[in-house]
Amino acid sequence: MQPTPIQVKARQPEAPELSHSSQSVSDQNFLVFDQVSKGFPTSKGIYPVLENVNLTVRQGEFVCLIGHSGCGKSTLLSLVSGFQQATGGSVTLKGEPILKPGPDRMVVFQSYALLPWRTVFENVYLAVKSVWPSKPEAQKRAIVREHLAMVGLTEAADKKPDQISGGMRQRVSIARALAIRPEVLILDEPFGALDAITKEELQEELLKIWSDHRCTVLMITHDIDEALFLADRLVMMTNGPAASIGEVMNIPFERPRDRDQIMEDPQYYRLRNHALDFLYNRFAHDDDAP
Amino acid sequence: MVTQAPSRTQTRSNPVISSIQQFWQKRGGDIIPPVIGIATFLTLWQLISWSGITRLPGPLSLWTDTRTRELMLYPFYDLGGLNKGLFWQTLASLGRVAQGYTAAAVVGISVGVFVGTNPWFNKATYPIFQFLRMVAPLAWVPIALVALQQNQPAAIFVIFITAVWPILINTIEGVQQIPEDYNNVAKVLQLSRKDYYLNILFPSALPYIFTGLRIAIGLAWLAIIAAEIVMSGIVGIGFFIWDAYQQNYISEIILAVFYIGLVGLLLDRLIAFLQMKIAPTRN
Repeated sequence: MQPTPIQVKARQPEAPELSHSSQSVSDQNFLVFDQVSKGFPTSKGIYPVLENVNLTVRQGEFVCLIGHSGCGKSTLLSLVSGFQQATGGSVTLKGEPILKPGPDRMVVFQSYALLPWRTVFENVYLAVKSVWPSKPEAQKRAIVREHLAMVGLTEAADKKPDQISGGMRQRVSIARALAIRPEVLILDEPFGALDAITKEELQEELLKIWSDHRCTVLMITHDIDEALFLADRLVMMTNGPAASIGEVMNIPFERPRDRDQIMEDPQYYRLRNHALDFLYNRFAHDDDAP
Repeated sequence: MVTQAPSRTQTRSNPVISSIQQFWQKRGGDIIPPVIGIATFLTLWQLISWSGITRLPGPLSLWTDTRTRELMLYPFYDLGGLNKGLFWQTLASLGRVAQGYTAAAVVGISVGVFVGTNPWFNKATYPIFQFLRMVAPLAWVPIALVALQQNQPAAIFVIFITAVWPILINTIEGVQQIPEDYNNVAKVLQLSRKDYYLNILFPSALPYIFTGLRIAIGLAWLAIIAAEIVMSGIVGIGFFIWDAYQQNYISEIILAVFYIGLVGLLLDRLIAFLQMKIAPTRN
């Protein structure tokens, strides 16, 4: 199994969108993790969650993170969203260190985090209003309507979140995130709670929206097939404590991607087996760990 | 032909009768048990009082006693001074409760929001609040009288100090229980303070605040009676009881107790109604 990663890496040095992101250094070094470590203080001293994480993400790239639970994927993303700060090293966006949360790095939360006492429209509107307070009212409302239409929820605009299905809530959450034009879109296992059909639909929608908007996407997933369908690169994390990036796999499939087509590609299974091997043999989760 | 007549009347009166029947079928099970319960309670009470075990008059004495019958028939009479009908007595007490309770709601909610959003202040004030809320309403009466010198403001202060703790403590709890996700949304969007309060803090904490308000209205009503009993010489249902006791009009006390219970029930229902309108519980 050893030669596989080398082969994989050698075959696709360039992802398709590189054509537009190879213009400048800042596009190449859009989001940079440099020797990042993160520990939490406990009564028994510092508990290291992440150590020596190095990763450079290009502008407009779609990156998926995979790893066993407890490996610090969410922690890594929270360093980008700014909810937490690295204890060592630095995380920089366009050369600027990330110090606090901001709408340029919008999060699609695992549990959607829609306000249940506001309608679908109002939930998106609140985001638009707080990011562009001085835009004319009509324009703000138009932005909300446009993004609800984009995720196919025009009809549900006046419903409350608990009156719609889980898949629809996730669409609202995505619409809210995209409506404010973030530079980085952070998704923490966005489709984990959805049924298989809704999940595939939403993956395709997300991909379509991403190819129109071209924001940089960081997404946590537990699903290798999802990552292979969506991502330019798949970041595979080692197990915690003191987790780091074990390997980064390039996913070479042409865009726009077609699920059936890529699944027929012989590379698909080689990549898939390689990722499975990483997760279940080389970094198998030891449930009996102390 | 003969059999048609009754069947026609039956079909004509059907809508009314059937709707009553429907109501009875639906709600009868909720109505019969409390009616039987209350009737049994009143009957037992009357029997015990007839048996002579206690000096306490039975419920029938409310009608047989001329004083209470007149009080029941003329709740609106006003002969000046303290000699007023029970409606005015109750209204005077309610007025004090309204003032003290409103102050308690304003102070409790605003201080609760402030303390709930500032962990340092929460730690600093926690022991004080927990200590003060354990002080019984009656214990505040002498303190209030010494501090404020006059009966009227002292009574309102006693209501305030009794009602404020559940509102304050529940508001603090409600603010602390705001789901982390909502706070994270606020942080990412960098919501203004006003937007955060209106869209996240208040809607999220409202069920807790209303729990506090509902506990507080009951306590406030209990406290005003206690406070008025101690503060002599004011118009109010509490002092009315004390006055009746001094003059040995026991049936009057029982009548006043009915008023107090009924008003307490109505106050609780009122807050519950507001809660349902403003902060309906979501499934």
